[in-house]
Amino acid sequence: MCGIVGLFIKKKSLQTRLGELFSGMLHCMASRGPDSAGFAIYGAAVPPGKLKLTLRHAQEDFSWQELAISFERKFKTKTPFTINSTHAVFVLPAKEAAIRRFLREEYSQVRIMSVGRRIEIMKEVGSPASVLDRFKVRQMRGSHAIGHTRMATESAVTTAGSHPFSTGQDLCLVHNGSLSNHNRLRENLKHEGMTFETDNDSEVAAGYLAWRLKKGDSLARALRNALKDLDGFYTFTVGTRDGFAVVRDPIACKPAVMAESREYVAMASEYRSLAGLPGIEKAKLWEPEPAAVYCWSGQITE
Amino acid sequence: MSKTSVRKLNQALHHLPARTKLKHWHILQPRGTHAVACGLNLPITVEIDGHAGYYCAGMNQLATVIIHGNAGVGVAENMMSGLVHVKGNASQSAGATGHGGLLVIDGDASARCGISMKGIDIIVKGSVGHMSAFMAQAGNLVVCGDAGAALGDSIYEARIFVRGKVKDLGSDCVEKEMRDKHRVRLAELLEVAKLKFKPNEFRRYGSARQLYNFHLDHAGKY
Repeated sequence: MCGIVGLFIKKKSLQTRLGELFSGMLHCMASRGPDSAGFAIYGAAVPPGKLKLTLRHAQEDFSWQELAISFERKFKTKTPFTINSTHAVFVLPAKEAAIRRFLREEYSQVRIMSVGRRIEIMKEVGSPASVLDRFKVRQMRGSHAIGHTRMATESAVTTAGSHPFSTGQDLCLVHNGSLSNHNRLRENLKHEGMTFETDNDSEVAAGYLAWRLKKGDSLARALRNALKDLDGFYTFTVGTRDGFAVVRDPIACKPAVMAESREYVAMASEYRSLAGLPGIEKAKLWEPEPAAVYCWSGQITE
Repeated sequence: MSKTSVRKLNQALHHLPARTKLKHWHILQPRGTHAVACGLNLPITVEIDGHAGYYCAGMNQLATVIIHGNAGVGVAENMMSGLVHVKGNASQSAGATGHGGLLVIDGDASARCGISMKGIDIIVKGSVGHMSAFMAQAGNLVVCGDAGAALGDSIYEARIFVRGKVKDLGSDCVEKEMRDKHRVRLAELLEVAKLKFKPNEFRRYGSARQLYNFHLDHAGKY
């Protein structure tokens, strides 16, 4: 099964409630995915030339301070960071490739969850309620967030197999469904130089999108290509720097509902998750059409 | 529904005595809850004031269920008799496998409306999504708007009436002549739904009956 939610806040004054409203939506999807949960939240942007890096170490008592000192030595700069349970968010004025090489060589146990100027991806195994509590999502602020509750069908219940999957800077993907051609596609993408951490089918969809974007596709074009190359059932939601995109496979077995009001744009696997949003009674509600790409890039009003 | 569980509600409705005086119920704040007013078996009226979740009014017998909002997946699935009226839009598989009764949808219905219907009558005032009336066996599907791709795929003996455009027909589904008996039945259904359309505005679709038996000529396709 699995559950997906996405929320973009249009009205600036409501951004302080992003975490609270988003938590309610994700919590509601626990019945569709009790195995693990994760989210990508888009908060304040770091200045141009700097990168926001979300990292994870399996041990909660891992010394992030020591890593910060190593970063400072390597990149000759101060690296502020904040710890959130098993994750930590660093801000670094360095290139992504150099950071990746350094971590691979010196800290192979540290996983990069996301890279970008705004995105923070956090995910863990366990019930959605416990994941929301662990990362204190209710208190988070920002313009938008997408999330996922997983009922594992294709591969093991692990943090690496949880969603969202990073697909590039400030981009990520969540998936409800199952892909039937992921093994061959993974091999093809490996030949193209893409790397994978798990046997998970959704990671292949994320790798596919990352590859298309690297080839120069716009997000909408990459998703239209995905409709041709991915075989199986899917509703995808893709988080972008300033909004999100939704696409369903041509058969559209996997559910999706969208809502738009003057204050927000929201999507969820089921209407239940939208029912708690303010003014939902008057919001425009619709189901995304099969095999159609919806890209929503937000305008924020005061 | 923010104060009571769906199980408590449905049990209260199931345990009503046959000659109950509580003939009219209002369900407030449904908030997309699943399986609301399922398995009703008395001639009572239940009004749902808001959007319903999955399988609303499933397995209905005799009751009238009115949804003042949208309905989730599988509204009135496997209905036996009675009336289910959705004032908004309906999600996938509306009226799936229904044996009897009438389902009226004022808005649109999405994919697979009337899938495997077995005698239910479904009237959609708007349009229906792809693969509607898939493997439909009996009953009438009336669509006042348009129909999506693969309408009536692998259909048996159900009748489909569409007033607008049909994107394309599924396997073994063909347009058929509208005869007097079809016009009479369609007129009855349109009247029940208080619709002013004339039967002549609709076209009829049904089974070409080519998939019923195995043809040796098709052996190579298997």
